[in-house]
Amino acid sequence: MPGKLKAKIVAGRHLPVMDRASDLTDAFVEVKFGNTTFKTDVYPKSLNPQWNSEWFKFEVDDEDLQDEPLQITVLDHDTYSANDAIGKVYIDIDPLLSSEAATVISGWFPIYDTIHGIRGEINVLVKVELFNDLNRFRQSSCGVKFFCTTSIPRCYRAVMVHGFVEELVVNEDPEYQWIDRIRTPRASNEARQRLISLMSGELQRKIGLKVLEMGGNAVVGYLQCFDLEGESGLVVRAIGTACTLDKLSNTYTPATAINPCNSSPSKDIKEAGFGEEAPGVPLSSGPPTPLRAQTFSSFSPSKSYSRQSSSSDTELSLTPKTGMGSGGSAGKEAGPLKALLRQQTQTALEQREFPFFTLTSFPPGFLLHVGGVVSARSVKLLDRIHNPALGNTRSYKLLDWNSFTADEPETRDAWWEEIRQEIKSHAKALGCHAVVGYSESTSICEEVCILSASGTAAILSSRFMQDSALDTEHRLSRQQASVFTSGAEKGEGDMGSTASLGFEDLMSPGCAFCHIPYDELNMPFPAQLTYCHCCRRYKVPDVLFTTIDLPTEANVTGKGCLIQARLCRTKKKAQGEGNATAISNLLPFLEYELHTQLMNKLKLRSMNALFGLRIQISVGENMLLGLASATGVYLTALPSPGGIQIAGKTPSDITYEQHISNMQKKINDTIAKNKELYEINPPDLVEEVIGSPIPEPRQRSRLFRSHSESSDEVSELDLSHGKKDAFVLEIDDTDAVEDIHSLLTDAPTPPGFYSCNTEIMPGIYNWTSALQMFTSVRVFRLSNVNLTNQGLNKVFNDLCENLLKSLYFKLRSMVPCCLCHVNFTVAVPEDELIQVAVTAVAMSFDKDQTQENGRQSIDKNLMKAITENEDQLQFPLELSAESSSNPLNSAKGLSEVSGPLPSARAPSVDYSSFTDRCSSWIEQLRLKAHTIRCGSIKTMSSLEKASPLPEGRSRSLRSNRSYAGSSVTVVKMTPLSFIPGTKIIKYLGIINMFFIRETTSLREEGGVSGFLHSFIAEVFAMVRAHVAALGGNAVVSYNMKECVFMENPNKNQAQCLINVSGDAVIFVRESELEATPPQPHSASAQTSSSGEGT
Amino acid sequence: MSMELDVFVGNTTIIDEEVYQLWLDGHSVSDAVRMRLESDALSECEASGEVLHSDTMDQYRTFQMCERLLHCPSKLANQLLFQIPAHRQAMLIERYYEFDHTFAREVLGKKLSKGTKKDLDDISLKTGVALKSCRRQFDNFKRVFKVVEELKGPLVENVQHHFLLSDSLARDYAAVVFFANSRFETGKRKLQYLSFQDFAFCAGQLISYWTVGAVDNMMEDMDVDLEKEFLHDLKDLKVLVNDKDMLDQHKSLVCYQLKGKIKAFSEMEANFKNLSRALINIASKLTNTKDVRDLFIDLVEKFIEPCRSDKWTVGDLTLFLTHYTSTAHTLEMFRFQILWERYMGVIKSCILKMYHD
Repeated sequence: MPGKLKAKIVAGRHLPVMDRASDLTDAFVEVKFGNTTFKTDVYPKSLNPQWNSEWFKFEVDDEDLQDEPLQITVLDHDTYSANDAIGKVYIDIDPLLSSEAATVISGWFPIYDTIHGIRGEINVLVKVELFNDLNRFRQSSCGVKFFCTTSIPRCYRAVMVHGFVEELVVNEDPEYQWIDRIRTPRASNEARQRLISLMSGELQRKIGLKVLEMGGNAVVGYLQCFDLEGESGLVVRAIGTACTLDKLSNTYTPATAINPCNSSPSKDIKEAGFGEEAPGVPLSSGPPTPLRAQTFSSFSPSKSYSRQSSSSDTELSLTPKTGMGSGGSAGKEAGPLKALLRQQTQTALEQREFPFFTLTSFPPGFLLHVGGVVSARSVKLLDRIHNPALGNTRSYKLLDWNSFTADEPETRDAWWEEIRQEIKSHAKALGCHAVVGYSESTSICEEVCILSASGTAAILSSRFMQDSALDTEHRLSRQQASVFTSGAEKGEGDMGSTASLGFEDLMSPGCAFCHIPYDELNMPFPAQLTYCHCCRRYKVPDVLFTTIDLPTEANVTGKGCLIQARLCRTKKKAQGEGNATAISNLLPFLEYELHTQLMNKLKLRSMNALFGLRIQISVGENMLLGLASATGVYLTALPSPGGIQIAGKTPSDITYEQHISNMQKKINDTIAKNKELYEINPPDLVEEVIGSPIPEPRQRSRLFRSHSESSDEVSELDLSHGKKDAFVLEIDDTDAVEDIHSLLTDAPTPPGFYSCNTEIMPGIYNWTSALQMFTSVRVFRLSNVNLTNQGLNKVFNDLCENLLKSLYFKLRSMVPCCLCHVNFTVAVPEDELIQVAVTAVAMSFDKDQTQENGRQSIDKNLMKAITENEDQLQFPLELSAESSSNPLNSAKGLSEVSGPLPSARAPSVDYSSFTDRCSSWIEQLRLKAHTIRCGSIKTMSSLEKASPLPEGRSRSLRSNRSYAGSSVTVVKMTPLSFIPGTKIIKYLGIINMFFIRETTSLREEGGVSGFLHSFIAEVFAMVRAHVAALGGNAVVSYNMKECVFMENPNKNQAQCLINVSGDAVIFVRESELEATPPQPHSASAQTSSSGEGT
Repeated sequence: MSMELDVFVGNTTIIDEEVYQLWLDGHSVSDAVRMRLESDALSECEASGEVLHSDTMDQYRTFQMCERLLHCPSKLANQLLFQIPAHRQAMLIERYYEFDHTFAREVLGKKLSKGTKKDLDDISLKTGVALKSCRRQFDNFKRVFKVVEELKGPLVENVQHHFLLSDSLARDYAAVVFFANSRFETGKRKLQYLSFQDFAFCAGQLISYWTVGAVDNMMEDMDVDLEKEFLHDLKDLKVLVNDKDMLDQHKSLVCYQLKGKIKAFSEMEANFKNLSRALINIASKLTNTKDVRDLFIDLVEKFIEPCRSDKWTVGDLTLFLTHYTSTAHTLEMFRFQILWERYMGVIKSCILKMYHD
């Protein structure tokens, strides 16, 4: 029952003129929450009214507090006719419900009207008084914190990661209700906005309840989406990762004050929680061992969390193709993971219903191994059958809302359930017990809906996951620690028992996650395995695709870049089930080609891994669009990719031969150029190719004109590119020629620019704090209806390329800069329209790599220092390898690990000797880190004083931050989870806003571009205003999840829906923090690592 | 096949100063794209016409959306729609309110009404300033005029405060407002040789010394109108020409001072009475609004032209006016020292400014 909401209307400004006669407005305000409404007095004849109202008090359930927004309506009083609405403000009060977030909402909000846009501003004060409720059966979940950020938020520490939470709610779309025929567009839009706001609140509350039930206190990586299913309704669904988070009181200064490790190697328990476990981790990191099984068996089934329906669900033996029997559905699976249903018996996390994590980056030591991308799609029919009593199992949609709403979410739930099961089984086939970087999406066209889910199969350390596991682990590690006392103690003492530089990192810094999680002899798909180029102990695949961010500890050679595969496929117009079948038949080919394109482009850039892979498939009336975006990098641990070899089909023809050799030359040149551009100079290592364990039948190459896994064939053809295996492209028809052309037409990024779709760009460390978040939208009309696939492809490819070119041009003043988190979304809003929307952030960096800026970079530098040391370490290892004739068995550790471990003791001997060495270079590293630190402080201070930046540009960027004289708070927005050079000190709550804008005077508003331009600007303005009112100065993890644009130029009308989300935060500049004197010597390693953890 | 929609929106509004200037100058999008393609500044970017077109469209749209706010510059600082750093806001405002002096010269002293607005095409043709730009400048004049017309206090400060302009630009606007309010005649053929800057200087002098606010720095003072009382008192100066003794005495004093110092001495000596009469007559007639409007034409016809025909140098003129003013103080019977000083100070500096070819 407990909650008192108080609101006060202070003033308005810049109101529109509502009375033509006087050129003034008689404004008053209605404040509504739930069913209670209050009104202010009319403030006559002013465009800047000062209401200064009393406090309006609402006594409400906390359930309502979570669901309902506070609704503020500004009206113009009219004595004779009805009062005219000026506009509305919806305020989500959820941030006020958590004790750690905002305490008051106070500020100027734009008054928004769905027809006219922003019309003036209103100053509002909102407070909530919450009484504690200990009722076990409560329906509210106040206090559960939500984060859009897909990593552990920067000022928190993950105590435990509970796992996947999901929920969806369904309602009828007001736009399609009968009443919509008689009400105004404004009323309809407002009904829709309000409904979605309500549904979001409800969804969040329900997810919160699940989190509480699991024992967590926060949801990280919260992703909420809308499915506008048209006449069949409106679905709001969300997924996230439940966690227990601990606020780090003040991560910066106290860290130095506590510093327990310096005094003695023995640690006090509360601080050492993670540090002590660390030694246990590497033991579970190898191939299955008895120890590992033991660890995993500690997961209790009690924690499996989802709806009960799961029990009756199809078993895991279900194959992806047959999974969705109804509605003409088909499951299709990404690239190399085809036909991989080899059941492996891993007990691990599987008792959990869905061991999924929406996180894309992880606390150190959490992610052990990565298997590869898993994805599943299913085509569903949004049935229109208007007969609930039909008894047809396919009628998912029951139109009689009043009596059947309860059933509705179940069908949608069941759809997602199927998909998730499939994902889970794929992961299992990859020998992985978890899926990370998990996301779900839909594409709807008329009554056909494609549901997609994707993620990265992975093996996770159990140490964040369960109380019991934590304990077991704890005990184990204690035992372990006692086994190798001498070495470990020293190492740990030096390490300062911090989480970020755990033992695992030292064991195999930056390469462990690449090691294959699956069984080498029983591989789920053909791949070429080699020994890891970093540690030379474990096997790694030749390429690695993932949906997660690049782990911070990963060893990367050179820089990364954005890689996109774009594809368009025509489709016959069809209805209903026929349409669904047609789509599901096309999907596998689409995915296969996207994968091939990605692979080609990756090789062309001489890279061997993709991060942040996101494949979007969008369906239209007469075409399917596929867009895959990822960030390519060269992982040092993985083998160097071979070149691309072109093989002609008719070698007899001389001109043809010449043509081929020309093309080959071009490709080789491009590869060489790219190597230079991305600074990829991997250390030359002698390779021992182990060979593909599954010999591939040669005939396969005839079936597909290009193929990705062709290792054995290559050796036969001897088309090797240097010593590496080459990647063969066979030209047997014009299609293939086109493909190669398109491969080569990707314009390189202009000098000074880099781009990626992940959080950070490997190889760039010294960001300045100049950043520019932007959204760009383009809609292209295909006037030529009879386009071929090729023609369509070219159009689509050009559209994306030109968009990128335009972005580079617009942001030229920020050079050198990197476009980070480049997020493309494609849609087919109408028959002949292709819509592409991009949201990204451009961040400048200092060209001079030695100039450090902020601790962020120091952290990175520390990592670099590790890799450098690693490189040094590599040398003796190699020496020893060469000294003995058999490299496989030379290192004792290797043989030990690859064979089954007889006991935990055997390797421990090995480890301890290793630790000795480790600890010695930790010492080195610490010194190094310290010098880096001091150096950076020096440069920082000189920066502040003398501003040695030569160009006026950078200075102007600087001053752009320093102005605070304006009455409007500057609010930064970024799709990343951090702002370089700053420290986030507080999360104020989630921003999740939905807006509709409509116009009936499209031409007058500057056409479609003018209309959308002002709408996007308005959305930004409203997000900034809400953040500022919460007391924040930035939005991180900003995301435009939906931008649905519809137009009818003939009627001079257009409508657009935008849904955005993010985390409101307060940040402070590093420079302000750094004002404190330099840290004492011994603490340097620790402070930087604690910074990492935040 | 065509691009149906193409927008780019940054959290911080991106403003390209070069494109802004093209927009202000009234160029169409296609013209602007062509000019940008031709300019060297962008050659290093290797931007294609397509990219430039898209960029220019975006910028133009942004400016159009900002224009509403620029009409009331103080709004720009506390609006929420565009996040623009303060120094960029200042740039936007300053550039928006900057005007072509050739254009301003044409409009100077005219009533800022719809009638004048209709003549803008002629002015555009004559000055070579694009009609669009003329309209913007004219509307700016009108807007500033409307706001400060009724305001109390110093004119320049009012302009500066309400439109957040730089000091020099605010002074120019003050001149425009002042001329528009008093409707000084500037269009006559004989005045064509005078530039906007000449008039702006004169306006500054008049505002500083002849308005109510000039003598008495009280808040309720009006800066736009000349001080009635002062103009009325100017009649008293007639004594300098009407009293024959005084005129002769004045002449001999001036001649004594200037002998051997100026080249045109003989011409001065011969013309002294005419020149002195001209200046005093101008002063005494200023009670009539009509004559106030003719101040500049009178100065040119009655004083500057005779001097010019006698080939006076600027140095000659400076010395003459200096001593003409100062010797009056030594006249025993002359009692209007302060009035004389206030009148001659402004007249002297105006004449000197206006005395050129």
